[in-house]
Amino acid sequence: MTDMSNSPIGKPLQRREDYRFLTGAGQYTDDVVLPGQTFGYFLRSPHAHARIKSIDTSKAAKAAGVVQIFTGADLAEAKVGGLPCGWLIHSKDGSPMKEPPHPVLAQGKVRHVGDQVALIVAETALQAKDAAELIEVDYEELPAVIEITTADKSASAVHDDVPNNVCYDWGHGNKDAVDAAFKQAAKVSTLEFVNNRLIPNAMEPRAANAQYTKHDDSYTLYVANQNPHVERLLMSAFVLGLPESKVRVIAPDVGGGFGSKIFLYAEETALVWASKRVNRPIKWTAERSESFLTDAHGRDHHTKVELAMDAKGNFLAMRVDTIANMGAYLSTFASSVPTILYATLLAGQYKTPAIYCNVKAVFTTTAPVDAYRGAGRPEATYVVERIVEQAARDMKMDPAALRRQNFITEFPYATPVGLTYDIGNYAAHLDKAIQLADVAGFPARKAASAAKGKLRGLGYSCYIEACGLAPSNIAGALGARAGLFEAGEVRVHPTGTVTVFTGSHSHGQGHETTFAQVVAAKLGIPVASVEIVHGDTGRVPFGMGTYGSRSLSVGGTAIVKAVDKIIAKGKKIAAHLLEATDTDIEFDNGEFKVKGTDKKVPFGSVALTAYVPHNYPLDKLEPGLNENAFYDPTNFTYPSGTYVCEVEVDPDTGKTRVERFTAVDDFGNIVNPMIVSGQVHGGLAQGLGQAMLEACVYDPESGQLLTGTYMDYTMPRADDLPNFTVDHTVTPCTHNPLGVKGCGEAGAIGSPPAFMNALTDALGVKDLAMPATAERVWRAAHKNA
Amino acid sequence: MYTFDYQRPSSASAAASAFQGDTRYLAGGQSLVQAMKLRLSSSERLVDLGGVAELKGICMEGSNVVIGAMTTHAAVAASADVKKAVPALADLAGGIGDQMVRNMGTIGGSIANADPAACYPAGIVGLGATINTNQRTIAGDSFFTGLYETALKPGELIVSVSFPSVAKAAYIKYKQPASRFALVGVFVAQTSAGVRVAVTGAAGSVFRCKPIEDALAKSFTPEAAKAVKVSADGLNSDLHGSAAYRAAMISVMASRAVAAALAR
Amino acid sequence: MSVPITLTVNGKAVTANVDPRTLLVQLIREQLQLTGTHVGCDTAQCGACTVHLNGRAVKSCSMLAVQAQGAEVTTIEGLAKAGELHPMQAAFRECHGLQCGFCTPGMVMSAVNLLKDKPNASETEIREGLEGNICRCTGYHNIVKSIQLCQSGKVGNTGVAV
Repeated sequence: MTDMSNSPIGKPLQRREDYRFLTGAGQYTDDVVLPGQTFGYFLRSPHAHARIKSIDTSKAAKAAGVVQIFTGADLAEAKVGGLPCGWLIHSKDGSPMKEPPHPVLAQGKVRHVGDQVALIVAETALQAKDAAELIEVDYEELPAVIEITTADKSASAVHDDVPNNVCYDWGHGNKDAVDAAFKQAAKVSTLEFVNNRLIPNAMEPRAANAQYTKHDDSYTLYVANQNPHVERLLMSAFVLGLPESKVRVIAPDVGGGFGSKIFLYAEETALVWASKRVNRPIKWTAERSESFLTDAHGRDHHTKVELAMDAKGNFLAMRVDTIANMGAYLSTFASSVPTILYATLLAGQYKTPAIYCNVKAVFTTTAPVDAYRGAGRPEATYVVERIVEQAARDMKMDPAALRRQNFITEFPYATPVGLTYDIGNYAAHLDKAIQLADVAGFPARKAASAAKGKLRGLGYSCYIEACGLAPSNIAGALGARAGLFEAGEVRVHPTGTVTVFTGSHSHGQGHETTFAQVVAAKLGIPVASVEIVHGDTGRVPFGMGTYGSRSLSVGGTAIVKAVDKIIAKGKKIAAHLLEATDTDIEFDNGEFKVKGTDKKVPFGSVALTAYVPHNYPLDKLEPGLNENAFYDPTNFTYPSGTYVCEVEVDPDTGKTRVERFTAVDDFGNIVNPMIVSGQVHGGLAQGLGQAMLEACVYDPESGQLLTGTYMDYTMPRADDLPNFTVDHTVTPCTHNPLGVKGCGEAGAIGSPPAFMNALTDALGVKDLAMPATAERVWRAAHKNA
Repeated sequence: MYTFDYQRPSSASAAASAFQGDTRYLAGGQSLVQAMKLRLSSSERLVDLGGVAELKGICMEGSNVVIGAMTTHAAVAASADVKKAVPALADLAGGIGDQMVRNMGTIGGSIANADPAACYPAGIVGLGATINTNQRTIAGDSFFTGLYETALKPGELIVSVSFPSVAKAAYIKYKQPASRFALVGVFVAQTSAGVRVAVTGAAGSVFRCKPIEDALAKSFTPEAAKAVKVSADGLNSDLHGSAAYRAAMISVMASRAVAAALAR
Repeated sequence: MSVPITLTVNGKAVTANVDPRTLLVQLIREQLQLTGTHVGCDTAQCGACTVHLNGRAVKSCSMLAVQAQGAEVTTIEGLAKAGELHPMQAAFRECHGLQCGFCTPGMVMSAVNLLKDKPNASETEIREGLEGNICRCTGYHNIVKSIQLCQSGKVGNTGVAV
């Protein structure tokens, strides 16, 4: 048996990527400067909605240092396509969603403040910016469309061919069963709330540097992106009409993504196209205020939810009605986020037999809205965990007891919203969380707070999510226009070290360390002997990238399958070296051994032999030791957990402090517990940021972004957050060899309802809008006083 | 930013001479460089005071502590003289911005900028300080005249600020959670001339809150301050706090400042 | 206009002629090609650009290069000595105080200043002291732990390899 105590799996190994980050030797896209570099600047619309009557670039073209200026007309003349959306959703009436054109540079109209109108290329960034001020654009302003609840009744159409601003009107689940169940219900709980719009704000602003190479008519694009192969495919095949083989996309070190760097954006597309026209590399880095206006935003739902129960509190049915914001244009994943990634999670951890969800998606004159950490699952979890907490209050039952009573306990479990949970044990993490959070001690802590004039509350969130995107055939049936497999190539070198080329991308997740742990464990070689390469379509065969907490479960499994092929071939080589038959060879702890004997040969010798094939079965086996694998998962994975939040409110100011936050997650097996806990911490910070601090606000009249800098958009700082108590339970995933479920998004998914449940408990109110700003809390506290 | 002519004099008199026409003085740059980067501020000439050593430093003149205009917030916060003479001012300086801002930002730069949510204006009005320029002295009560407006004449150079010694004083601010400036900041002091209550962040400029001063003159207690209902008229209203909320916070912050002052 | 400046960066003398509009961070990143110092915002709030000026943490995006005339500047590249990590850098690695690494140089430079001014900073003081540094990845939990480990003097490995 393998000696697991020495295995790197499960060890909190320090990260190999840290040395370069800590010493300033990381290479982020803005760090790249190419010979002959020019700089790009985008002129952007100051209006939320306007027709472009004319653009005069003549003065700007003569400005110092200007190389060339491009507008939408130039791209239209060159027949450049629009940016595509990757998920086709159908409305209830069977009609396909509306897909208005998404031009790279505005054509005819601008549809949100910040919509790009022209690209100025100049010798320096400053010269490009100065020249932009000389461009004269004649706008005819149109009314903005901002409110999502009234967008479908607005007289103003964001897109001329979508007069009612409705992208789709989609339904999921069994409406008749739900209606029947509600008629029988002993008790119905209801809530109506907004899932507040957020701006991802990765600390590295988006950036790109595009270079055309004349001698082979090819392009190289450096871009801060989470999925270089997807970026290349969308840009070359769907927009620019270039052969993929002529475009190399390199996503070097990337400073955070959280979804915002998945999508194909106008900026890098325009740069690639323009780089051939000016025949020099063009570099662009977003200013932060530019990022605020143009990075895809997240969330932005208005939802009404009803939960029907019998007299004992068993859930009978749930009905959900949501309006979701698409923004001005459909971004790459946008249509899937409030549908496939949302409604399918409305069972939560519960046995609710009948569920129906209606989602109307609307266009507004705001930045496009797309996936942001959790992508649909935070929205779903907020719906389920707020209504379940409300149900407990309405039934006057303990919120943990009501949940426990309704837990799914038998697996696999096919939910009424289309997913089959393979495995789980929800009571286990509920019990552990209750103990770690010292729920029993809460009444005493509450009394102590009251003695100081403060309010104290406690709230639960029992979340489940579906990640490890995704089985391609299921995704396709649900409207995906792509496959969601992953690819990995394992190259063993003659000296016995290994390079792994993975289609996953690390922008903070530590794959250079964790993937090396996985490979080293399987091959029985030191972790330091394994190098992980990612982020370059010129070196990595293929990949669908990193999002949806899929890297280890899907990317890691592809690598494991490639390693399995390596071991299988290695056994054949070893059999030859050991003069045995293939089937007599076993591989364990880095050694190939003849079963039942002590005849063995180490991995390193087999590697060398593969490349110096003198004592080698050349008649039956090719030399070399290099394998790749593509892996398409058979199901989503289903991390779940229990979060308990405890808050203290100062009623004099409304300031709320998170006093304790306990997170117990079931991520299946864990490869590196330190990195996993780090992912949870980061997710919790973003979820608590949503609940307490962050709000993206557009002026309802003018459509101007009122929260356009860190002066007004409240980012969580260290003193806004407590230490977190993080622990785990384990039910290994049943359908991948590592037994892993993914952990990158759970924190952001489970925490907002835990916080709001705790806050409404402290205040004794039914509901409060997110973010729970001090004034909102103060008003609620005083209304009750 | 837009282009400018740059000068770096080494004396205050050279600095004043260099101020010709459309000119701005550059102190720590924590506000001005930002405004220039965003193209919200521009001038033909920039006179950098960073090389004028005579404008830096803290000393005692009798019972007054005199702070040079180019003294950083960090230096004020760490100064033994300030901590002894008027500890509330050291606390105020130690809470401005973040540690990086405090290592560059200066008292002269801050008050010349007169941001409506800056902390120093509350300290100056709350203590009845005196601004010493290269032309005259200006009473703190007369210095701040409006939104980003002061009594300074074009080219007039702040040399130092004199603060009286005051033991029972404190500054408490409620931070706007995004910018971390004062949403409402209240400086309370029991000076030899009576109680002063100065409020920043709540309106277009720092102001003295007479109703709270009157209440505290009768009874210098946290309860007396908290009981005052401050009018919301003329107060700022934005995403982070309505005028009504700010009005309520003035009383709350004032009462906490009184408690802190009494605890010294 | 071109202004001559002389300063010391990571112990090396630097002379340059700069457009006075040049920010210190631009001098560092573009002219000196020290790209470890990062630009993360345009309102001087994120702290990713933090360097040391005469031993004190400052935001290099908030000052003109000309304001650094005659000064000693230390960037993240100047913290480790001969391949040995500064204890703060090593502590961040040991405690997983970084994920994407973008805020990290500024965070480390800021943390070094924090402990220099307040060697016995409490957890609250550490969290408040980091007000000028925004991180989107870590939730600050491990950043605080990293600083506390450095504070304790018990940092383990300061070498290149893990």
